[in-house]
Amino acid sequence: MSHATGMKYLKGGVLPHMWCSGCGIGVMLGALLRSFEELGYEREDTVVVTGIGCTGKADDYLITNALHTTHGRALAYATGIKAFNPKLHVVVLMGDGDSVTIGGNHFLHAARRNMDLTAIIINNFNFGMTGGQFSGTTPGGMFTQTCVYGNPERGIDICALAEVAGANYVARATPYHVWEMKTNIKEALSRKGFSVVEVYSPCPTNFGRLNNMKSTPDMLHWLRDKGLPVEEYKRRKSPEKEGFFAVGTLVDRNEPDFNERYDRIRAIAQQC
Amino acid sequence: MQGNQAIAEGALYAGARFYAGYPITPSSEIAEECSKRLPKLGGMFMQMEDEIASMAAIIGASLAGAKSFTATSGPGFSLMQENLGLAVMGEVPCVVIDVQRSGPSTGLATKPAQSDVMQLRWGRHGDQSVIALCPATVAECFALTVQAFNFAEKYRLPVILAPDEVVAHLRENVTIPEPGELEVIERKKPAGAPERYQPFAADSDGIAPLAAYGDRYVFHVSSSMHGADGYSNNSPANATWRVAQLHRKIEIHRDEIVRTKAFDAQDADVLLIAFGATTRASRAAALELRKRGVRAGVLQLITLWPFADKEVAVLGQKAKTVVVTEMNYSGQVAGEVRKVLGSGADLRRVNSFNGQIITPKDILKTIG
Repeated sequence: MSHATGMKYLKGGVLPHMWCSGCGIGVMLGALLRSFEELGYEREDTVVVTGIGCTGKADDYLITNALHTTHGRALAYATGIKAFNPKLHVVVLMGDGDSVTIGGNHFLHAARRNMDLTAIIINNFNFGMTGGQFSGTTPGGMFTQTCVYGNPERGIDICALAEVAGANYVARATPYHVWEMKTNIKEALSRKGFSVVEVYSPCPTNFGRLNNMKSTPDMLHWLRDKGLPVEEYKRRKSPEKEGFFAVGTLVDRNEPDFNERYDRIRAIAQQC
Repeated sequence: MQGNQAIAEGALYAGARFYAGYPITPSSEIAEECSKRLPKLGGMFMQMEDEIASMAAIIGASLAGAKSFTATSGPGFSLMQENLGLAVMGEVPCVVIDVQRSGPSTGLATKPAQSDVMQLRWGRHGDQSVIALCPATVAECFALTVQAFNFAEKYRLPVILAPDEVVAHLRENVTIPEPGELEVIERKKPAGAPERYQPFAADSDGIAPLAAYGDRYVFHVSSSMHGADGYSNNSPANATWRVAQLHRKIEIHRDEIVRTKAFDAQDADVLLIAFGATTRASRAAALELRKRGVRAGVLQLITLWPFADKEVAVLGQKAKTVVVTEMNYSGQVAGEVRKVLGSGADLRRVNSFNGQIITPKDILKTIG
């Protein structure tokens, strides 16, 4: 069996892409387009919604429907699209700035509503497009251009946030675990309700450079050495977890999504 | 019925089937009415997490094919500016109701004002044009809401209806027209080969056809500078064309858009210029002046933007005295009238900015 390439969703003549060498966004996009192909998505039935930042540039490479929105608001736009036409596959590509820094409120409420959206979040722990400032996910003590003495704030755990806010499906992936990433993206696309795949992504240009991971291999080694399978991560007690993170499916549940619940409301309203 | 209720009725009459909003006084009755009516019609009411999301959701729904709208007031309207800019840039039809209340900031939250006039026009970053309408009666709340949707659909842009709190909470008798009685316009859809569809390639009328996500026409819409195909395009030549195009489509249809009403204004020596609730006080004042032998009349601005410069010029140049009545301190409309009539005109202002309406007596004092 030949493997899906995802090329049928890619705009011709746009490669090489604009992302830096070593960046994980291209790897994610490849996994996403292969997933589309394997799931039989048509360009006409698919809408890719992007925000602003490095990840927000992704729609320029695609020939599906697309909406390139404002910073942090992609989920709210996607909510309007999906709410009005539930037949569409609506995929939202965001960075850590879009999703849980400026757009944190929309993230909470898209998860709480359990909107049938797939949110893929490239988390590179900094604002890359603007030159490398700290974001809502930059860990405490790490260095960026606006915290050269160390980050006084703490970073938020996107997957934990998605879980408590009510997402149906939550997974973490990395470009080192590229095969598993595609599996998680396909699962996320296939699940009803709000699905989140957080992709820990190397940013050697702006993040690694200031944090003792100057090269792309340095950053990939970090993902390889610190990323543990979910079961292994859960098995470990607190001190042994320090500095490690779980890779794989963290939440998989089947609560009714917003459109299903609104259909029930319509049925009641139409009886009154 | 109440002004806000008439706005909801007007939206449903125009075919709106998607509402997203966040509760705020004095606009909440619109949301409440929509929450009851839309699910019955197979439409959808969404209460969003804030006004930023509300504006985003109605744009998303519009691109999925809905006639969509939201309603808010001062602080919420401020939050909507960011995504209103996307509706302009992406040429997305939608309607925003801004029930004008007193500011600045939270201000006198339940009291009326007409102080968003300049925000309607210039509230967003980046130079851009929009259409803004203002009703003075409950019947106009209904009719102008239908008109707002018609303009939005026809010209592919956001249209703002900006009643003041007085008119939004006023109760008057209104006859709702039968379906088909008022014209209801639908957006121009693409025809022809899907692979050749360009979502920003305007026809000779300045308007490009708009597909809906899920149609066989696949398309991109972007907040960033884009070409006719919807993809990023940063060339100076393209930006020149795009920005001019966004303004030009309003300019070339200006005479179809701008609406005013004149009351005894043709022979007026004293011309009162008003909009919204101040129209009512101005008309009462003009009638009183006529009784006293002064030839007074009223020019009501229904379209706030684009500004009724020609109409103001025709009547304003004939009058000896022009009086602009408005519920704001700065004279936001008076400034526009001054631009039209020049520095030599006898232009007077009647303003209130304490949450109290302008009365006929206030106006008569100015003319004295």
